[in-house]
Parts: sequence; structure tokens; C-alpha cells
Amino acid sequence: MRKKPIHSHSSASSAKKPRIIIMSGYGLNCEEETKFAFETAGGAADIVHINDLIKKPKILSSYQILVFPGGFSYGDDTGSGKAYANKFKNHLAGELVEFLKRDTLILGICNGFQIITNLGILPGALAQNKYGKYIDRWVDLEVPSSPAKGRVGRGLSPWLRGIKKISLPIAHGEGKYVIDSKSPLKVAFKYAKGDISKFQNLEYNPNGSEHDIAGVLAYNGRVLGMMPHPERAQFAHQSPLWYKNKNKKAKVGAGIQIFINAIKYFK
Amino acid sequence: MISRIYVVPKSGATRADSYLLDSKLSKKEIKKLAEALANPILENYYIDESPTVGNFSFAIEIGFKPGVTDNVGNTVKEIAKDLLRTKNNSEFQVYTSKIFFVSGSKKDAEEFASSLYNPLIERATVVSVKNGTINFPTQMPKVILKKRKSVINVSLNVPNEELIRIGKEGVMDPDGTRRGPLALDLSSMQVIRDYFKKLKRSPTDIELESLAQTWSEHCKHTIFANPIDDIKDGLYKTYIKGATNLIRKQKSQRGQQDFCVSVFSDNSGGIIFEKDYLITHKVETHNSPSALDPFGGAITGIVGVNRDTIGFGLGAKPVANTYGFCFGYPEDKRKLFKNKDKNGNPTNLMLPPSRIMDGVIKGINAGGNCSGIPTLNGFVKYDDRYRGKPLVFAGTVGLIPRKLGTKFLHEKKARVGDYIVVVGGKVGLDGVHGATFSSVALDSNSPATAVQIGDPITQKKLSDAIVKEARDMNLYHSITDNGAGGISCSVAEMAKECGGAEVNLEKVPLKYLGLRPWEIWISESQERMTLAVPPKKWKKFKALLESRGVEAMAIGEFTNSRKCVVNYNGKKIMDMDMEFLHNGLPKQHLQTEKIIPPPFSSPYSRGRLGRGNDYTKTLETLLGNINLSGFSFISQQYDHEVQGSSVLKPLSGKGRINTDAQIFKPVLNSNKGVVLSSALYPSYGDISTYDMAACALDTAVRNTIACGGKLSHLAILDNFCWCSSHDPKRLAQLVDSVKACYDYAVGYGTPFISGKDSMFNDFKGYDEKGNPIAISIPPTLLISSIGVMPDIYKTVSPEFKNSGDIIYLLGETKDELGGSKYLKMLTRRSLGEGRVPQVDIQKNLKTYKALEQVIEQELVASALSVTSGGLAIALAKACIGGMLGAKISATSILEESTSSEVKLFSESQGRILVSVSPKNVKEFEKMMKGVPCAKLGKVSKGKEVVVTDGKNKIINTTVKNLYKIYHRFSNSQK
Repeated sequence: MRKKPIHSHSSASSAKKPRIIIMSGYGLNCEEETKFAFETAGGAADIVHINDLIKKPKILSSYQILVFPGGFSYGDDTGSGKAYANKFKNHLAGELVEFLKRDTLILGICNGFQIITNLGILPGALAQNKYGKYIDRWVDLEVPSSPAKGRVGRGLSPWLRGIKKISLPIAHGEGKYVIDSKSPLKVAFKYAKGDISKFQNLEYNPNGSEHDIAGVLAYNGRVLGMMPHPERAQFAHQSPLWYKNKNKKAKVGAGIQIFINAIKYFK
Repeated sequence: MISRIYVVPKSGATRADSYLLDSKLSKKEIKKLAEALANPILENYYIDESPTVGNFSFAIEIGFKPGVTDNVGNTVKEIAKDLLRTKNNSEFQVYTSKIFFVSGSKKDAEEFASSLYNPLIERATVVSVKNGTINFPTQMPKVILKKRKSVINVSLNVPNEELIRIGKEGVMDPDGTRRGPLALDLSSMQVIRDYFKKLKRSPTDIELESLAQTWSEHCKHTIFANPIDDIKDGLYKTYIKGATNLIRKQKSQRGQQDFCVSVFSDNSGGIIFEKDYLITHKVETHNSPSALDPFGGAITGIVGVNRDTIGFGLGAKPVANTYGFCFGYPEDKRKLFKNKDKNGNPTNLMLPPSRIMDGVIKGINAGGNCSGIPTLNGFVKYDDRYRGKPLVFAGTVGLIPRKLGTKFLHEKKARVGDYIVVVGGKVGLDGVHGATFSSVALDSNSPATAVQIGDPITQKKLSDAIVKEARDMNLYHSITDNGAGGISCSVAEMAKECGGAEVNLEKVPLKYLGLRPWEIWISESQERMTLAVPPKKWKKFKALLESRGVEAMAIGEFTNSRKCVVNYNGKKIMDMDMEFLHNGLPKQHLQTEKIIPPPFSSPYSRGRLGRGNDYTKTLETLLGNINLSGFSFISQQYDHEVQGSSVLKPLSGKGRINTDAQIFKPVLNSNKGVVLSSALYPSYGDISTYDMAACALDTAVRNTIACGGKLSHLAILDNFCWCSSHDPKRLAQLVDSVKACYDYAVGYGTPFISGKDSMFNDFKGYDEKGNPIAISIPPTLLISSIGVMPDIYKTVSPEFKNSGDIIYLLGETKDELGGSKYLKMLTRRSLGEGRVPQVDIQKNLKTYKALEQVIEQELVASALSVTSGGLAIALAKACIGGMLGAKISATSILEESTSSEVKLFSESQGRILVSVSPKNVKEFEKMMKGVPCAKLGKVSKGKEVVVTDGKNKIINTTVKNLYKIYHRFSNSQK
């Protein structure tokens, strides 16, 4: 039988684990590897179809972390993230407010980031890439350290603890971050010239994002949205640099730190 | 009421989206919908008023023609339904279009418009911008079908001439028009006539159409199935399946693992991955549709082959996509026309190679990316002879648990009494006559309705619901894809599992009214699968699928009546014996006519080829040839990292070279990897199709070994794309190549697990002046390989790693420039000249096994298979990949290759360029004893790439220079 995620929490050890709900359905597609990363980091993650959540919205209260994973919800038709966000808003707006009132975390990766900007819990919007084409490559990111100009950096967001620089892959057609001048902006990640873009001689800002912004924060750093995919950097062998400095012993990838940070927040 | 919503980007917009609504929604509701369609930070919306247009002179609207799948329109309907909680969807239509703003004259605007749309499926309207506003006429591409008689009887008691006509041009409607090709020849028509004579009645149109689908070349593969010359069991059974059977037998006799589990019997071939999982692979072609509508053809190809994975056993999860393109040269502007009018003027302009290339690349992009399946392995080749008909290969690898409880998941069987359930998209006229159409050459009778456009999201929902939920809840007994021939083929095929089927056709959900039963039965509307669901599980199944946004409908029942029965509104309109439907097709004995090869000579003079001693310019020109240079512009627009499985990616190293094989790990907590590669050498076929096949197979095998694959766990797939297959000479070439497949598959112990053929890739039409023109593709055989490697941490990538590493060439270099890229570049024609590479199984086996060993021992820093362009191109790629120089001497390449040009550019098979760290050299050389292994030189710190031969410096360039040339074409495609 299929594991019914909704009823799957029994053993004493898993009861202590922070519980993560990863949304699925309508073309989201990174839920399985995102679940794998959260579980490697020590969490108990369930993949829940949006229609199951709509049917039983109360289950949201039993989770500490809500994740909108990457994917292609509704095929990006009418603009990335719009349709899924609309559906979530139509049916679960109240539950989302309740969720945010508690000491919880929310993560949106790639299409998930596009969804949560459309949901209005993160500022700004994601527009079509500068060159108009979908692009899959690795980028280098920096976490701004200065809290000046209203920006929160590492240390202030539970997601980013201990991270100054990180290299992760992107894969998107609409990843150009456009600032909404009305909202205060808290930058999580900026595209920067680093190991990978130097190694492969690539433009450091791959999509023309304003101010090189790759990820943003809200709700005191509890909500993180980012275009790059940390779950695709959970193993060392996923990095383009792996073959160059092949170190057989290093099996863990840099991206896993983001998931570990989230789990640690509840321990 | 009709309303139009425009959504326009805020600053400096050059384009906009338009949504035309035909609905009963109130103004308030439409406003709410418009708000949902526009992102307030990025876009403004306008309802029933012109957007404010910048300083432009014209606006172009590109919209769909009636009946063409409008994916965005369908999403808008879903958004509206959810947002406004509307109940009745059918009273609400959305038609989307794209608007472009342009400056300049009307002629400029019209020219630009014609570059934006495909008249087969789209329409363009140009209006002028007046005072910063636009006013497009309201054009709704609504499908309106005339009311016609739903079923007609077709008398076959007619002269042979009429039988031929029915077979060729189709059933005649009461108004005198023909419905389009059945692609049934006279002998088939006669057998059908005799069958119905015995039944003392005429066939109905649906019966005839159904037979045409089931008996089509596309479904029955008659050329591979029929006896040919003295091969009485036909090519497929004797050589393809024959090879696999022999290899399996040999493996078990030798006590080796027979990893084949489900081969040739299902939608994909399945082999063991590890103790808990199988992996599957299938490669399809979608050539004819891609010639007409490149985007639609390619996207339908890739999402279609995804269904061959979902339809494997009880449902495998797609875990990787592959692609392959053969195009005409993109700079080729010569015009081709499909048709000619009464005055002799050519009509129906075909799309030029550049448009076909753009559209096909986009189609695979949309299909793979939207479905969340990594697109890993791929290639692109260019040849003049693909300009009439491109080849578009699309493949999918699947993963499926071996067992659910005690049940094997690769086994399936519809049972008597099970409901016939169709899930996924609705049915329209799309793809009517698709299966029969791809079985004939492309000419003026090719129906426009043969074009479908895939909808990856509908399919993603369907796929997730099946392979991630319903399968493991044990809700159905059997499943198969609706591909060619639609439900007429899928239902009839599944009915074999239990002995019959009865369908009530009026239950099939339709896109629009007015479809006739025969059209519903054979429509190839996409994203549909057919399942056998036991009645007691039907309610649960339907509820599950509906909660995932997927439509499911029970349209009949599986029976054991030995008949395939179709009813329409209570009336029986098809009643045919399963035996006749499946086995009634008359066998034809095919004959070949050997082409007598010209006696081997070296028709080109050595003097003309050698240009002094310096081949630097030659190498640079070759590397800049788009057949050999990089195609990162394709690789990087295809998501190859989704599912978190990538190990050896499509692009590798500092210099981002395209890899010949890719590795991924589909089970995240296992270190086992899947290795994929593919190879083809159409230019060799001009000399020998036997060697063409041998080389493709050898290369597909070699590529996988070079990165860490294992010969003992490697399977292959064949895709034959042939031309003019009624021509006995072409058949002789086919027989030769199939024999090579047998010889080399058996030789390497690599079984075929799946295959496909497309036998009529010919274009017949007219040139600009109205002169008839016929272009046939060169006989093309793609061999794809799929292997399992035990430990992905032993993967070897192709690029050089460190200066000081020692460079070796494994394998023998012979004077085999025939069909090579070098010769082609020099002579510009070169067809059939020179000696083509021949494959020596025993020698290569020794090399590959030694290479496996040194990779297992982790002694190798890089390994790159030497293929098209020879050693020079391989060296250039390894240097570019590592952005490192190299100093090598070709002197030590002895054997029979005496001249520098042979050493540099011969495409002899079985060779691998390897680099080894100095600390491993001793051990490496020890293990290479008895294998041809020439020590060439060193990877160097400097950026110079230098090759000497004796005293001569035959290549002298820099890696920076080579890098620029290698990426030039890709960079121009940004």
C-alpha cells in the first residue's frame, strides 16, 4: 500500500524530528529529491498533493516547515507560479496566515520561489531570463553579511546560518528577479563571481536579476525563496568541480547545509 | 459574451498576451480573472480595451487555428474554474494568442509575422497601431463540424482500381471527398474484401479504419516482420530478437547474469538495475510530424515516449530523456514545396531547416523540462539529405520496482470483466491518420490533422497519479500507451491479454462535438493511456485520479469473446474477429537487389589531400564544422539535473565539452549508476551499411565503457530510419545493416532490448520553379546503449585533468578515411569514396576489458572515445574540456597508418584517448599489456596544443583558440 503521508508519524524517534510538508501536484516535480535532502538532514518529510491539503487543511498545523519545491506548475502557463499560487490562495489563505503566525519556516525553491512571490509572502517577482531561454548551469552565491539598508544576512535567518558562500545549480526560464520598490527587501543570496563561474568562464549573474539577487527573505528570515536548487547539490558528485578535485571521501554536497540549518532550528 | 483580456509587461513591452473569452461570466468575475492572470509587479491588464502601446507602427497577433491544442487556454480555464468556482466548464471557452509590436513598414511587419508562425497550425493578423492603441478583429478558432452521417458502410465489391484508390486515398465520404490514406495495398484490401464476403456484409468505415491502423507499417513493422529473400522468419525475428535470444542463452550457459527481464514484449525494454529495481529504455522517432510542425512534432515525440515508460509493466517512472536530431544545414535557404497548383506554381511551402531546428529544439525543451525529467543524452547531426525530412529521436529511461508484495511489476494482464478505462486528455481530430501517415512518404496528401501538440502538464499529472500512487495501491491489472492509432490500437492490443473487448464509443470524452465514431476510435489526441481496472476498484481509482486533476472514463469491458466489438449509442458498428484484426495481414515476401559495390580503390589522390605538413588549419576548420563542434546551447537549455540524479552531465569540465555518454543515479540512496550513450554514422552507409551499423554499435558500446560502464551489464536499442523501403536496393542495404547488428551485438554480448523503425523518410515535392524534387534521407541507424555501473564514484570524465598526465591512445589506427568528416570537408561530396572503418570485435573486446580494469582500479584520469573527426578532434576536445595544453607525438602510432592525415583524421573504431597521472603510469602500462596502447605525450601546463609526427610539427595551436572555435556555433545561437 501507498504510504499515506498524513497518518505516518508513529515511532518515538520520528516524533522528535521536525516535520516537513512538501507540496506536490499540477507539475511540481522536485518533491522527491527535496524530501531526500530534508530526511538526510534529520527531518521527517511528507509529500502532500495540494488537493489533499485543500481537503484536510488542518493537517498544516502539525508541520513546522512548509516547502514549495521546484517544478513547472501548470507548465508556467500565464506566467510561472501564478496558477499554483492562485489555487493555494483560493483555498488555503487562512491556513497560511495561521502557519506563519507560529514559529515555523517556509522554503520556496525555483518554481516554489515563483509561487511564494505570487502568494505575496515574499516581495518582488520573477521575470523571463535576460536571454529569453531556459538555462541549466551552476552559479556561485554570496550571503550578504551586512544588515545595513534593511538587509538581513546570515545569522539573522535560520536558513543561512554558517553560510557565506555557496555554489548551487539553477534551472529556470523565468528567474530574473525584479524588485517591488514598495516592499522592504531582505536579500538572502546574491549571484557572485566565485569558484564555478571562474572555472567555467560563465557570467556570474545568469539571468539578469536586479542587484544580482538570487534569493530573498521575509518574516524575520523564516521565509526563504531562492532560484538555485540546494537539493541538487546535496551530493559532492553533483558539482561540476568534482571531477577536477575528485575526492572520493567527500560525499556530501554543499547544498545540504540549508536543510540541516532548518532542522537545527527546531532542535 | 465575448471579452478580451490583454496582459502586457510594464516597461518597454514589445509583446503581450491576449485571452479571448467566450463565457457567461460577469464583468466582476472577468476582472477577478484578469487580476489572476497578471503579476502586478510585472504586468498590466486591460479588459475589452486596447493596451497602451509604445512607439510602434504595427501589431501582429499569432493565434491558433481551430482544433489545435491550446495548452495555455486550458490552464486559464482551470484557473477560472478554481477561482470563480464555476461548475460548468463547457460553457466557457478561452482562446489565447500572442501579440508582437513592431516598427517599420507594413511589409516589414508582414515579413516578421511570417517568421513567427506556422500556417499549418497558426494564423497571423497584422494591424496598424493608431494613437498608441490596437484593435484586433475578434477571431475565435472554434471548431465547428458539419453534421455528417456517423457511420457508413463501404462496399468492397468494386474493381481492383477502386480498391487501390480506397487504400491509397481513403474511404469516400458521401460528398465525394476522400478521407485520407489508409495506406493499405491491394493485397491487403483484397484480404479484407474476402473476409467480409464470408461474413456476407460490407465493412463499416470504422472497421476499415481500424484495420488500416492495426496493419500499418508503423504498428506492424511489416518490413522487419515479413520474409525477405531467404530469411523466412524476417529480419526482426532472425537478427534482432535472434541476437538477444542467443546472448541470453550464452550468458546463462557461461554462468553470467542474464539481466534481460522484459524485452521486445512491452512498450519499453526492461533490464535489471539492482535487486529491487528494473530500468527500462525506449527510443522513438517522430519525423513526419516534426517536418510539418517542428515544435508540436518534437514535444509530442518526447511526451509520447514518456508514455512508453509509464506503460511499461504496470508503470515505470520516467527518470531520463534522450534526444537525437538530424537536420538540414541551418544556413540552407533553398525552398521546398509540398504541392503545386493548377497553373504549375508551387504551393505549401515547407519550413526551412533553421525553422525546423529551432522548433524541434524548443519542443524537446518544453516536453522534458515541464515534465521534470532530466534530458541527458543527445546529439545533433547535419546533412543536406535531411532537409526534406528531419529525423527526431526521443527516448525515455524508466525505473520500476521489481515487485509489489509478491507480484512482479513488469507483468500485466487484463482480465475478463475488467473495465476498459481511458485516462488523461480528451479526444479531438488531432492526429487522425497519424499512424498511416507516417507509413507513407510526405507529399500533397499528407493531412494537416496529422499534427498534434503535446501537453506535458496533463501528462505529468497523469504520470504522477499512476506511477507514484495508483500502481502501488494495486488498482489496475494492465496499462498501455495510446500512441499511434489511439484507442483503436491500445484497446485491441490489450484485448489480446484476455481475448476480446467491447467498447461503447459514446463514452469517450471529447474536446468538441461532431466527431464521427471512426475519428474517435483512431484519433491520436495526446496524453491518454488505457488501463484494465477491475470493477470493484473502479470507484477508488476514479476518485484518486480526479483528486489529482486527471479525467478517467470507463468506456467498455474486456471480454473473452475473441472479438473486438465497438458500439455507438447502442448500435454495434464494429464486430471483428481478434484473429483477423491481429493476424489477417497478408505476408509479403520481400526481395532485395544487391548493390554491387564499386571495386575498392583510393579515388582521391594523396597529393591533393596533404597540404604540406601543417594540419592546424584543417583541424580548426573541422572543429568549427557544426557536426563536430559543441552544442552547449541545446544541452544547457534542457534541465539535466532535476531529480537530483546527475553524475556525468551533458557538459563536462572547465571548457564545457559535450560528453558522449552520461551517467545518473536514479535511486538516491544507491551508488549504482545508469550509463547512457548513442551513436550513428549515416555517412558510412554511402559506402557500406554493414560497417555503418557495426561502427554505430561499437561506438555506443565504447562510449559507455570509456566513462565507467561494464560490458557485462550493457544493453542496446536500435532505431532504423530508412528511405524508399519499397526499393529492393534500399532493402538490400537494410539487410546488410541488420546482419551487422546481429554479428556485433552477439560479439559484444550486448542484447537488443527494444527498437523501432521508420522506413519511409522521403520527401516528394517541388522546388521554387515547380520542378519535381525528391529527397531521401541517407539510411540512418541509431544505436543507443544503456548500462549499469556498480559504483558511480568510479566515473571517468572525458577532459584532461592535470598537466603532466601522460596521454595514451588505445586501439589501432588504420587507413580508414572513407565516410569521414575530414574527407567530406575536403571533397565536399566524398560520397562513397575511400575505405570505411571496420570493427574488429576480438581486438576491441580485449581493449575494452583492459580499460574496464584500469577504470575499476582508478588508474585513469580521463577517457574520451575517438569518434567522428578522429584523433585530432578527440585531442582537441580533451584539451578544451580541461582548458589544458598537450604535447604529443603521433610517431608512435604505427600499425599501417603511415601518413599524418590518417593518424590525425582516420575514424578507425575501437580507440580511446586516455590520460593517466604519472604516479599510476607503471600500473596502467602493466595492465595494458597485449593491448594496442600508444604513449603519445603529456598534458601540458602551457596553453599550446602541439602534435608532431617524426620531425614535423603537424599541429600547432592553443587551447584558447580551439575553445573559441568549438563554442562558436553555440554562442551564435544564444
